[in-house]
Amino acid sequence: MTTVPSAEHTRRDFLYIATGSVAAVGAAATLVPLITQMNPDASTIAAGAPIEVDLAPVADGQIIKVFWRSKPIFIFHRTQKEIDEAKNVDVATLPDPESDAQRTKPGHEPWLVVIGICTHLGCIPIAHEGEYHGWFCPCHGSQYDTAGRIRKGPAPKNLVLPPYQFVSDTRIRIG
Amino acid sequence: MSGHSTYQPQNAFLQWFEKRLPIGGLIHSSFVAYPTPKNLNYWWTFGGILSFMLGVQIITGIVLAMHYTPHVDLAFKSVEGIMRDVNYGWLLRYLHSNGASMFFIAVYIHIFRGMYYGSYKEPREVLWILGVIIYLLMMATGFLGYTLPWGQMSFWGATVITNFFSAIPGVGEAIVTWLWGGYAVGNPTLNRFYSLHYLLPFVIAGVVVLHVWALHVAGQNNPAGIEPKSDKDTVPFTPYATVKDGFFIAVFCIIFAWFVFYTPNFLGHADNYIPANPAVTPQHIVPEWYYLPFYAILRAIPNKLLGVCALFGSILILAFLPWLDTSKVRSARYRPLFRQFFWLFFAVCIGLGYLGAMPAEGIYVTIARVLTFYYFAHFIIVLPLLGIFEKTKPLPNSISESVLSKA
Repeated sequence: MTTVPSAEHTRRDFLYIATGSVAAVGAAATLVPLITQMNPDASTIAAGAPIEVDLAPVADGQIIKVFWRSKPIFIFHRTQKEIDEAKNVDVATLPDPESDAQRTKPGHEPWLVVIGICTHLGCIPIAHEGEYHGWFCPCHGSQYDTAGRIRKGPAPKNLVLPPYQFVSDTRIRIG
Repeated sequence: MSGHSTYQPQNAFLQWFEKRLPIGGLIHSSFVAYPTPKNLNYWWTFGGILSFMLGVQIITGIVLAMHYTPHVDLAFKSVEGIMRDVNYGWLLRYLHSNGASMFFIAVYIHIFRGMYYGSYKEPREVLWILGVIIYLLMMATGFLGYTLPWGQMSFWGATVITNFFSAIPGVGEAIVTWLWGGYAVGNPTLNRFYSLHYLLPFVIAGVVVLHVWALHVAGQNNPAGIEPKSDKDTVPFTPYATVKDGFFIAVFCIIFAWFVFYTPNFLGHADNYIPANPAVTPQHIVPEWYYLPFYAILRAIPNKLLGVCALFGSILILAFLPWLDTSKVRSARYRPLFRQFFWLFFAVCIGLGYLGAMPAEGIYVTIARVLTFYYFAHFIIVLPLLGIFEKTKPLPNSISESVLSKA
């Protein structure tokens, strides 16, 4: 069989390109389930429903740890001294500037609720440690203050605030 | 430079078979008649040792997989079951866990040998890059495997390493959730890590085939760093290289066995005998020893994104080595200045490894920054400039001449 070189576009060229395009789109579509299967499955998402926490037993100055979506949540019942420490900071000098009011709910100042995961590489910081009396991360030495703000070390961000609200004065819903 | 195979099977069946699939001739030309430079020293036996270790890891790994359960509630227990209940389970697991360390010891010697004798230079650039890819795959495999016992170091190592990707601006968090299959490292993570840990060694084996193929196209480098000029410069692979490799594999196995039988947990970490606890991070978290230099580089940089970039950059820069080293002379034997910088670089790597094991505070961080700077400067400043300014020693005319002049 001889092939006749043709300068013009033929119907055969069109067929080749069309066939190739359909194959490429098909291959790309196949990637969707192959990649998406790795995302959290239905049961994992269902288990991530909101939780309610009773704050009444948490003493002054105590930090409790609860789990929501497999993440530790620190609930910090701050003393007046700790609140003052968090407020008496020039916000502009912070690596991730946020005022104490932005990190708590109005009228519920003693309560700080943060996700207890270091924003550097995901370790769990140790409570009441470090130079700023908040948290100290043992992995790479990040230090957080009593408002959970990053003050020193490699972590780029303040401890993340989870979505939560007060359902009563002594009860919060996280999620 | 494939060997001129004279493979002529006498056996009638082999002749019949060879006509249909000439695999005998391929093996004969690659591993029997293949000409190797006659001046190879024992540092050249590590390629064989690495192939051997890959085999050890695959065989012991397949056996361990018969007794291991990849589930967060059962993984730790099943590993303890392997240690206590499975017949010879303790031996197989210690062979596998220490085998990983021996594999890395061998690959580091193999890489430094290539650096010292300039084995990455033209025409062996692709051979070198394939080696870098194998090394990256080894690191991934080692990391995935270390997660499987589901101890404290497994869990927190997995958490820290997967969090590297959270440094990517914008999509970082979504990528990490996708890697985990959840909102934190958990059962889906363990399951997929197990699947991938089983897969990657076979990918490594595939790239090793390409690596050996590229080696047999370019031919081996040698301590003199000059190409063989005649048949007098080479000897056949079998028996010379096979016996030499075999002897040194045996020596290497003695060291391997010493670790397995006398101090099987020396290279591991005691914290990994504590079951994983997502609520508590260990006080002092360190990776396996073979990642320590890179861990030190990560911690030396005070910025998260830049730290992660430096960590990956320190490995990827190896792929560019053939072009960063501008000298035409391969072997450090004939490069007096390069030789000194090579040993300085070697000391820096050891130093970074030491610092990676130390806590990230005070003087340790300062020294780690200096050493990290030199690590990169070696590739980006020292090697390009040395090629221009260094006065090299005269090269011998042939491998035979260099061998005889030493006698």
